[in-house]
This record gives sequence, C-alpha cells and structure tokens, in this order.
Amino acid sequence: MSDTLLQRTPRSCGELFRVFQRLALQGFGGVLPVAHLELVERQHWLSDDEFVKLLSVGQVLPGPNIINMALIFGDRHFGWRGALAACAGLLLVPLAVVLLLFLLYQQFAAEPKVAGMLRGMGAAAAGLVLSTAVKLSTTLRTSVLGLPLCVLLAAATVATVGGLRWPMVWVVLGLGSVAATVAWRRLAAAEGRS
Amino acid sequence: MNVAGWEVLGLHGLGWGDLLQMGLHFAMLSLLAVSGVVTTAPDMQRYLVGQQGWISADQFTASVAIAQAAPGPNILFVALVGWSVAGPAGLLVTMGGMMLPSSALALAVGRYGRRRADALPMRAFTAGMVPLTLGLLLSTGWVLAAPIRDRWLGVALVLGTAALMVRKRVSPLWPIAAGAAVGLLGWV
Repeated sequence: MSDTLLQRTPRSCGELFRVFQRLALQGFGGVLPVAHLELVERQHWLSDDEFVKLLSVGQVLPGPNIINMALIFGDRHFGWRGALAACAGLLLVPLAVVLLLFLLYQQFAAEPKVAGMLRGMGAAAAGLVLSTAVKLSTTLRTSVLGLPLCVLLAAATVATVGGLRWPMVWVVLGLGSVAATVAWRRLAAAEGRS
Repeated sequence: MNVAGWEVLGLHGLGWGDLLQMGLHFAMLSLLAVSGVVTTAPDMQRYLVGQQGWISADQFTASVAIAQAAPGPNILFVALVGWSVAGPAGLLVTMGGMMLPSSALALAVGRYGRRRADALPMRAFTAGMVPLTLGLLLSTGWVLAAPIRDRWLGVALVLGTAALMVRKRVSPLWPIAAGAAVGLLGWV
C-alpha cells in the first residue's frame, strides 16, 4: 500500500539522464544491482515487481540488459528522447572515464611494468567472468532440460567456441535451437499434465 | 601529447571497407548477445585477433581488464576494443554495431510487444539459453586468460579470483587491484 503512495515518475529527460548516470558511475563489474537500489529504493520510479518485469524483458532481448532496460524505461516516460537520455546517462561519462584510463595505459603500454600490471588485471578479469559462470551453474539443477543435458550443452559450447574457435553464430543457432526445442517440449508436457 | 601520440587517433592502417565489415560483425553479435555482451567476447577475440589479426590477445584482454576496473556498464569494453583496433572511428563502429540492432529491437518490443516474458516460447528460449550462456562465460574466461595461461601464478590468480568471488560478496575492484599489484611486481 505504502509502495503505491511512494511511487513517483521521472520529471524530465534531464532527471532521467542524471539518475542513470549516477547509477552507472556506482557500478563496478556490472550495474544491475545498483540499478535496483536507485530505481526502486531511492527514486521509487519502479516497484519491486515492475523492476523484475522490466529486467526479465531486458534479459530475454539480445544486447546489454541494463541498456535495454534504460531504453524501455526512458521511452515509456518521454518517448525516444527519454530513451536517449537514459541511455546517454548510462554511457557518456563512464565512457569518458574508461577512455581516459585506456589512453593513459596506451601511452605506457610498452613499459614492462605496465604490461605486467595489465596481464595481472586481465587474469583477475578472467576470474571474475568465471565466477559468474560458477554462480550461474547452480541454476542448472532446476532446469527443465535436466542436469545431464545442460552439462552436455555447456561442454559442447566450451569445446566449439572456446576450444575450436568456431564462429559463435553457428554454435548459438545450432545448439540453441536444439536446447530451446527440448525445453519447449518439456514445458508444454509439464503444463499439459497439471 | 607529442606528434607520435596523435597516431592513436588514426585508423591504424584499416580501410573503410574493413570498418564496414567490422561493424556488420558487431551488429550480428549484438543480436546474439542474448545473455549480455560479455558472452560475445570469445567471438570478438576470434574475429579481431585470430581471423583479422588487427590486435593482439594481450591488447584484447587489456581492454576488458581496464573496462572492468572502471565504473559503468559492461558494454564499455566494446568501446575500448574498437579504439584499440582503429581509434575513435573504431570505437564508433564497434559501439554502433553492438548497440543499434539490439536497441531498435528493445524499443520495438517495449512499445509494441504484446508477448509477455512468461509466455511458453519465451520461457523455452530462456531455459534453453542458460547452458549455452554458461558455456560462453567459461569460454570468455578461457579466452581472456590467453596471455597468462602458461604462467602458473597467472593461472592461480584466475582461479583464486573466481573462488573468492563465488564465496564472498566483495567488490570486483579488490581482485583487480591484487592482479595489478602482482603484475606490477613482474610476477605474471
């Protein structure tokens, strides 16, 4: 009840830009957790339920989830200008920051110490991505596909994309259509029974 | 900046045809990035490092590492990769290619999409993509580790970071800072 009373809407494209910029600048290694904090808890622009719905749409669509969410949210309030404002808020200043760091690195890339530093950071970056994979793997147990098929599909993806370096498009279209078809059949069968 | 420094603003020897081809490749990846842009990193690396030879594996991994160390959405590594390949023009091409198709689709679905995310085909698609996403993320880790795979301390850093982040809720800046320190000492 109190949720609906607190609910607000963004007042202008400028406010959209500022809020999305603020959340982007707080997000290290992914902006989504900060997005919830800003949009739901601080601004009250979305309820928890609305946030989850927007997130699930953003996740089903291809492309960066947070950008998709910002585009749809901005568009909902101020049309294409809102979409542009939210998206620019997410990208412009963070892009300037990261470019500055990158140019600094490029100036000294030939220095063995700097090259070593970047190799170390790269190793950590690889580890960060792997940790996301490990966290995701816990959801496989409840997958409608069943654990053995999931493991087989993941292993086939690693072997073809990571090992054999096949183009991603063929692997995703090939394995993806097999996986989605099996999931569809099982979901439909489960619903038929209930 | 000295005169040589301005070379970073050039196309690094690429032609406009190369840029167009790169833009189209990234536009295709945009539509394949169902579980986030990071899952397309292995194919980006295959295309830019392996197939075209425009940048080295070290440069590719460095671009991702710097983007991880800075605030903002993950997609910014695409901008740095583009900049490494062909300066500002490269940045515009890779970011434009990566953003435009998926953004147009998102806006269209946001406005006219009547099919809900909980409809059966959508749920089947999402469920089917999960194991592939897992495989793509593992491949990303493998590909990013290319510059240090033959150094034991580098491998330890990769695995240690992964183990730490799975067990503890800490800022990703800590392992990156640790990696930077270890690298600065010349150990990896």
